[in-house]
Amino acid sequence: MKNSSLSESLIVPLLQGQKVNHCLHSCHFSLSPIAAHSHVIFHLCLCSAEFPDLRKHNNCMASNLTPAIYAKLCDRATPNGFTLDEAIQTGVDNPGHPFIKTVGMVAGDEESYEVFAELLDPVIKERHNGYDPRVMKHPTDLDSSKIQSGQFDERYVLSSRVRTGRSIRGLSLPPACTRAERREVERVVVDALSGLKGDLTGKYYSLTQMTEKEQQQLIDDHFLFDKPVSPLLTCAGMARDWPDARGIWHNIEKTFLIWVNEEDHTRVISMEKGGNMKRVFERFCRGLKEVERLIQERGWEFMWNERLGYVLTCPSNLGTGLRAGVHVKLPLLSKDPRFSKILDNLRLQKRGTGGVDTAAVGGVFDISNLDRLGQSEVQLVQTVVDGVNYLIECEKRLERGQDIKVPPPIKLSK
Amino acid sequence: MPFGNTHNKLKLKYTAEQEYPDLSQHNNHMAKVLTSEMYANLRDKETSSGFTLDDVIQTGVDNPGHPFIMTVGCVAGDEETYEVFKDLLDPVIEDRHGGYKPTDKHKTDLNPDNLQGGDDLDPNYVLSSRVRTGRSIRGFCLPPHCSRGERRTIENLSIETLASLEGDLKGKYYALKNMTEEEQQQLIDDHFLFDKPVSPLLLASGMARDWPDGRGIWHNDNKTFLVWVNEEDHLRVISMQKGGNMREVFTRFCTGLTKIEELFKERGHEFMWNEHLGYILTCPSNLGTGLRAGVHVKLPNVSKHEKFGEILKRLRLQKRGTGGVDTAAVGGVFDISNADRLGFSEVELVQMVVDGVNLLVEMEKRLEAGESIDDMMPEQK
Repeated sequence: MKNSSLSESLIVPLLQGQKVNHCLHSCHFSLSPIAAHSHVIFHLCLCSAEFPDLRKHNNCMASNLTPAIYAKLCDRATPNGFTLDEAIQTGVDNPGHPFIKTVGMVAGDEESYEVFAELLDPVIKERHNGYDPRVMKHPTDLDSSKIQSGQFDERYVLSSRVRTGRSIRGLSLPPACTRAERREVERVVVDALSGLKGDLTGKYYSLTQMTEKEQQQLIDDHFLFDKPVSPLLTCAGMARDWPDARGIWHNIEKTFLIWVNEEDHTRVISMEKGGNMKRVFERFCRGLKEVERLIQERGWEFMWNERLGYVLTCPSNLGTGLRAGVHVKLPLLSKDPRFSKILDNLRLQKRGTGGVDTAAVGGVFDISNLDRLGQSEVQLVQTVVDGVNYLIECEKRLERGQDIKVPPPIKLSK
Repeated sequence: MPFGNTHNKLKLKYTAEQEYPDLSQHNNHMAKVLTSEMYANLRDKETSSGFTLDDVIQTGVDNPGHPFIMTVGCVAGDEETYEVFKDLLDPVIEDRHGGYKPTDKHKTDLNPDNLQGGDDLDPNYVLSSRVRTGRSIRGFCLPPHCSRGERRTIENLSIETLASLEGDLKGKYYALKNMTEEEQQQLIDDHFLFDKPVSPLLLASGMARDWPDGRGIWHNDNKTFLVWVNEEDHLRVISMQKGGNMREVFTRFCTGLTKIEELFKERGHEFMWNEHLGYILTCPSNLGTGLRAGVHVKLPNVSKHEKFGEILKRLRLQKRGTGGVDTAAVGGVFDISNADRLGFSEVELVQMVVDGVNLLVEMEKRLEAGESIDDMMPEQK
């Protein structure tokens, strides 16, 4: 029969080296008499029938995912079983913002960045200013002593903060992890953190077990994180099983904070009121290195490699995963039409004081580094230090009725 | 391939105890039934399309439940789910559907001639009448699990099939992703347009993936017969009209459904159905008939009566606000519909609604006249 020979010829490529086992059901279905109809072709999992409709989309995944790449990658899976469809689901479900180009895909494990390199490499390149993971190396430098002029004028800078993320090698990432893996991440991290001493001595508050009082205190301190509501995150499966194995650790002084199992295995934050960015960064580096030492003692390590630096869930956070920023008063400068250009050239971004997607209140802005990958932690923090100092100078000049200059654009090291 | 994100093989490297969900804060049917022993027994199983236990229960794990309303907390990813995971789903079904046993048989009756009366619910009180159900196309995965290709195939099949409807059922399909602004506005004004689900109960089970790809609305030119494609089920079929002629609504409902089923069969497809569970749908709460027959009815006095809840219970009816489930009644107007889905036929359920609403309207009239309704209290059906 003409139709069944067509079906048979389509079955053969699927069975060869097929890593996914549930195609067998569809193949069986196709051999029955009623499958003589033309739309059985879709039911044989042909990749062209599965290619997402990305015509209304504006994100890095949609810009780079061609039908050819999809066909090549669609039947692959990482050793943990993470597939292309899972990786891109968030980008399919969230067409994107006209002004802000989101990434549109996530990694489910460390291997994702290899198995789906044909898509992830161009996405990384687009997101990180041309950084090519195939040929470039990412520098890691957590030597805070190299920072110069890291004390800001506190009449302008209200607070200073540095954050990054770290993933535990060997365990799947939040979009893909099982409950047991997530609990294991929690156990490994909490165990290590209990070894911190001195000014880093602290306590862990599990989201499932915290008392109402503890919860209120954490809210008042602005430490508590909520179940994600952003569809960018929920569509990637990161909020599954909430609040199981999620929690917050912080030191007694409340200047070093770690989120467990939110968008990454860990988010590490060093912060304090005022403008001593150097001290914030010093604590950040010291704390990170100490945590790393403690997990290594127990036989674990962070996900890191030469191409991509620290491996995190979202490709936008690769490299350093670092966002160093300040809350700074710039009422005059922010009204100057050159403000955006100045920030651009300094490789800085502005956000409202509620974080990403919030508005500035009372002329106070969150100013932080734009870049994550291709420059080291020290380089990025120095960029923020130099940039914020420049912005403060501009503000002062405007206060005095003097004019300001747009600085030349910083050259990105390639 | 069907969508899956539970990585079952990876999980099997961990013990059942390590993977067992924390259900200590939960109040849903799944959480009541799923012990750690049951989890251990079922976790290495999967349906032929790869749907696993964790896929079934994810929505129930992520949504601990409502203090007042007991949600189901599990979904099916394909027809086989109800077999492979019967150890979990049978007790859930029994609990949800009034003691329906694994050995019980469900009766299907879509013959409107078997309905008595129903053509004259008082239009001074009954503002509109509506009957809805769902249907799944055998051989395809259900919305929590289907791939984009499957969903598109279901859409294409539906478009083709519905295009063959004639007479007062003749109509048109509006794909969500292609509709014009004008079409969209008209559908909103007609109260036909469905939105991307926002309920976490639905989102957590993966039903909103790839929205709005493969989704759409078909309705007849008279706007009395409506089909939703690929929302919470493959198909949701709705018959509705203003006024109290429930008989006409139900007749069109049966005629339309029967015709659609015939047309699918001509093309080599059938609906998921079996003797025990009736029509198979995504949510176990919709098994059997999947039928909700209801009216929007003015009951400002009865609804304030202290026995209102008890009356509804005895009549096997439930109330909702006029915006649907989880909404409040406005101006004393309630959505009154059958509480059951499984274990009663379509005709039996619509009969309960017809008889029950007639009684409620009589009670309303009595209370309006300042009279008591104590002698009108119904027996438990």
